[in-house]
Amino acid sequence: MTEPPHDTFPVLERSGAPRPWRHRQGLVQLGLLALTLLAPLLAHLLGEAYYVNLATRIVLVAMAGVGLNLALGYGGMISFGHAAYFGVGGYAAGISAYHAFDGSLLMGLPGSDDMLVIWLVALLACGLLALVIGAVSLRTGGVYFIMITLAFAQMVYYFANSWPSYGGQDGLPIYLRNGLPMVDSQDPLSFFLICFALLLLAMAITSRLMASRFGAALTMARLNETRLATAGISPYPIRLTAFVISAMITGLAGALYADLNGFVSPAMLSWHMSGELMVIVILGGVGRLYGPLAGAIVYVLMETLLGGLTEYWQFFLGLVLLGVVLFARQGVIGWLAGGEPHG
Amino acid sequence: MSLTLLIEQLINGLQLGTMLFLMASGLTLVFGVMGLINLAHGSFYMVGAYVTALATASTGSFLLGLAAGTLAAAVAGGVVELLVIRRLYRRPHLDQVLATFALILIFSEGTRWLFGSSPLWLSPPEWLSGSVALPGGSRYPVYRLMIIAVGVIIAAGLYLLISHTRLGMRIRAGESDREMIGALGIDIQRLYTLVFALGAALAGLAGSLVGGLQSVQVGMGEPVLILAFVVIVIGGIGSIKGALLGAVLVGVVDTLGRIFLPTLFGHFMSPSEAAGVGTALAAMLIYILMAVILAFKPKGLFAAHD
Amino acid sequence: MNKLTRAGLGLLMTTAVATAQAEEVRIGMITTLSGGGSHLGVDVRDGFMLAIEQAQRDDIEVLIQDDARRPDLAKTLSNEFMQRDDVDIMTGIIWSNLAMAVVPSVVRQGTFYLSPNAGPSDLAGRLCHENYFNVAYQNDNLHGAMGAYMREQGFERPFLMAPNYPAGTDALAGFKHLYEGEVVDERYTQLGQTDYAAEIAQIRASDADSLFFFLPGGMGISFMKQWENSGVDMPVFGAAFSFDEIIIKAVGDAAIGAINTSEWAYDMDNEANRAFVEAFREAHDRTPTLYAAQGYDTARLILSALDKAHPDDKDAFREALRAADFASVRGKFRFGSNQHPIQDIFVREVVAGEDGEPTNRLVGIAVEDIQDVYAEQCQM
Repeated sequence: MTEPPHDTFPVLERSGAPRPWRHRQGLVQLGLLALTLLAPLLAHLLGEAYYVNLATRIVLVAMAGVGLNLALGYGGMISFGHAAYFGVGGYAAGISAYHAFDGSLLMGLPGSDDMLVIWLVALLACGLLALVIGAVSLRTGGVYFIMITLAFAQMVYYFANSWPSYGGQDGLPIYLRNGLPMVDSQDPLSFFLICFALLLLAMAITSRLMASRFGAALTMARLNETRLATAGISPYPIRLTAFVISAMITGLAGALYADLNGFVSPAMLSWHMSGELMVIVILGGVGRLYGPLAGAIVYVLMETLLGGLTEYWQFFLGLVLLGVVLFARQGVIGWLAGGEPHG
Repeated sequence: MSLTLLIEQLINGLQLGTMLFLMASGLTLVFGVMGLINLAHGSFYMVGAYVTALATASTGSFLLGLAAGTLAAAVAGGVVELLVIRRLYRRPHLDQVLATFALILIFSEGTRWLFGSSPLWLSPPEWLSGSVALPGGSRYPVYRLMIIAVGVIIAAGLYLLISHTRLGMRIRAGESDREMIGALGIDIQRLYTLVFALGAALAGLAGSLVGGLQSVQVGMGEPVLILAFVVIVIGGIGSIKGALLGAVLVGVVDTLGRIFLPTLFGHFMSPSEAAGVGTALAAMLIYILMAVILAFKPKGLFAAHD
Repeated sequence: MNKLTRAGLGLLMTTAVATAQAEEVRIGMITTLSGGGSHLGVDVRDGFMLAIEQAQRDDIEVLIQDDARRPDLAKTLSNEFMQRDDVDIMTGIIWSNLAMAVVPSVVRQGTFYLSPNAGPSDLAGRLCHENYFNVAYQNDNLHGAMGAYMREQGFERPFLMAPNYPAGTDALAGFKHLYEGEVVDERYTQLGQTDYAAEIAQIRASDADSLFFFLPGGMGISFMKQWENSGVDMPVFGAAFSFDEIIIKAVGDAAIGAINTSEWAYDMDNEANRAFVEAFREAHDRTPTLYAAQGYDTARLILSALDKAHPDDKDAFREALRAADFASVRGKFRFGSNQHPIQDIFVREVVAGEDGEPTNRLVGIAVEDIQDVYAEQCQM
């Protein structure tokens, strides 16, 4: 068995003789992190709050991608329904803030505008949802898996769309961004730093996970299921666990995304959103730790720049995507850093 | 609820089903033969409707428009296969999903660029408008009956094509063993282009027919596409028979659910609440159906192969 | 450092240098120019820009962005306008759900927002704000007026139908509020639904004497085409959202005979309107829709207020807007206490035009000086 090359997290990098491309990859990764952190700091110094928020958006979309990447890239589970977790995370923030705002109860529980509580609720809700969806979906495989995850996401989408209590298709505004003890979350830069720290945490967890025995089993489940079975390990619980963790990370990103926009709506649950998240992962590089971040930077900047240039920006977005899939499979990270991806 | 109304609603379900079958048969054929998952199938549906609307407006003949729409979708399918799709056969499903997702963006925004945002006008000709009497005193639109008839003819035609012609033999060979058919000396690339164009033509025909009933506009293919996927997954991907059965099942369940669920909830809720909850549940119904079927039969009702 | 870093920094530098000039007035327009329903946004934009061009002022800059009907994108764009471009006034949003996502935070941060279309109930009542003005209507206006009109015309058993989303349930509630009678049945369809065979069969089987529906955009086109062929013979009523000039052209003859309510009609006989319709046809080679008229009125209201004060002087500018001192294409126009219009709602009928294509014709007045019911919840 040949060990697939491993993306490493600089902080957690272990000793060992790095191959040349690995060295370059380390530099690119460090560069990406520095860019993501320094650009908004600079924007803040120049008084351009808009760019700080843009950076926050990139970070949150990247975080949702980190979650999806765990299922899609490392686990080989092509989920076409991760918008469900992104949106449910968003609704956890929205509904909780809604009840906190008007002091009403939800199933006997008060709402909360404390981010820590909201994050916990979002993680639990997405974890439970993913447990149910994953338990059914992972019985299938291949195209069926793609389609059944899509079907479940559509179910959640239609439910949110037509359930009248929380705004239905109109969505649910969050009038005041939820708070965090000791931090002024209203301040764009503080909120960015919160999100950035959580993105790093999500990436660290992914990295740790993939370096563990669990990660090895997940990789083996993707590459050679029979072999894993010979070792006496059933792939089903391994995959299900990875799927649930993946959904929880994406859900947390969704909760923060709702807070960033001050708004949550069924659009966060639509299959277009699922497609976009996949695009971000692919654009950056499938199964690479830094792929989602690179993909999010490119995607959001492209959307912002093209959107300012032409009404038909989605047309050009389509062309770029097609080009990436056909001719640059390894994604931005692969292109910048070289080396082999996991997928 | 009278029996006549129930029958009429069943026919409505059947009509939705035949339309879905036109979409789903192409999708499932392409998957069965080439192993390709094509999200851009709805774009051919839109191409069919647009060209039919434009051709009908300029020639004044709906039949000519219908032919032009179907042909245009076939040509679009052929060109897309040659330029893009053929590079994807050996790629993982993930790449196929993304590339065809990109094609949706290109087709939709390209169409809007060329023809603008306003919906186009397309209406069935005199001889297809109006309605006929159903047994029991109700009336039913001629146009919808015509769609059912076309669907039945296409289903029969596909059956004959696949079981009785040389092309059909090759398609069956391709479905069961992709390597072997190359070894037999069949020009596999041409076969693939042909099958893809055939699938696109069927989607184009569906779009052309539906254009006479619905708004011809950008993005019209997407809701149908998702439904068609539900159909082929329920039926078993790659199986024409499964697509037919799945299409009728989805058509009938969706139609009856939309009508009866709000009424059902009306028995123990206030009318406007029942309408809300019933409609919400009706929207989710076919996805629930799909999840239940896959939970028990992970490869659909008539699995051809993975 | 890699190329991306340099590109990112460069982007920051260039925009930081470009600072706004003091006297200039910047207007940010976020509207739907792509995707489904974009003809509404296109018409709002074209109507708005027509008035701006006619004014020939070189101190007004209008920035236009496409929201693709996505609330999150609209929200991002509004931040961009406020934080980067320093706009004084915002406008343009078509859809209520996008307005709900954007407007509350915009007006709270001190920027003026004038709605050229969306009028959700919350913004008229609970969440009204001194910096928020609606120049179009409160969403219920047209539906309520139709309820009153149908009552007056003696219809006793209407069948109601709308998509299952907040604007849909509001529409039927608004209708019933002024209809004040029993309805045979109310059906909610799915948003974006394209096939209405099942609903049409239910309508036929009911003993309704009339149909009132609210199906905006493509849904209305699909429904009317299918209705025409179903052989059901029943008068059809709706709000102008299903019968604007672009939609009825796509529906074709099937639309003829439908009665609809609108706060404006292109054949209304007043000087401002005649000039507007003529100039719009000249510029765009099509008949304006109500959305174009709303965009035009919004711009003219802004222009009238700019003649009196600059938006930097918020109180003076707000007073100038409240005065609504401009010649509306609707004839008379004034604001109620919640800064939503108090206006007449008219009845139009779809008829075959001179070129054989369907067009709207003004029939009469449904309700005079209608005001929304949410004004009393508004505490400013």
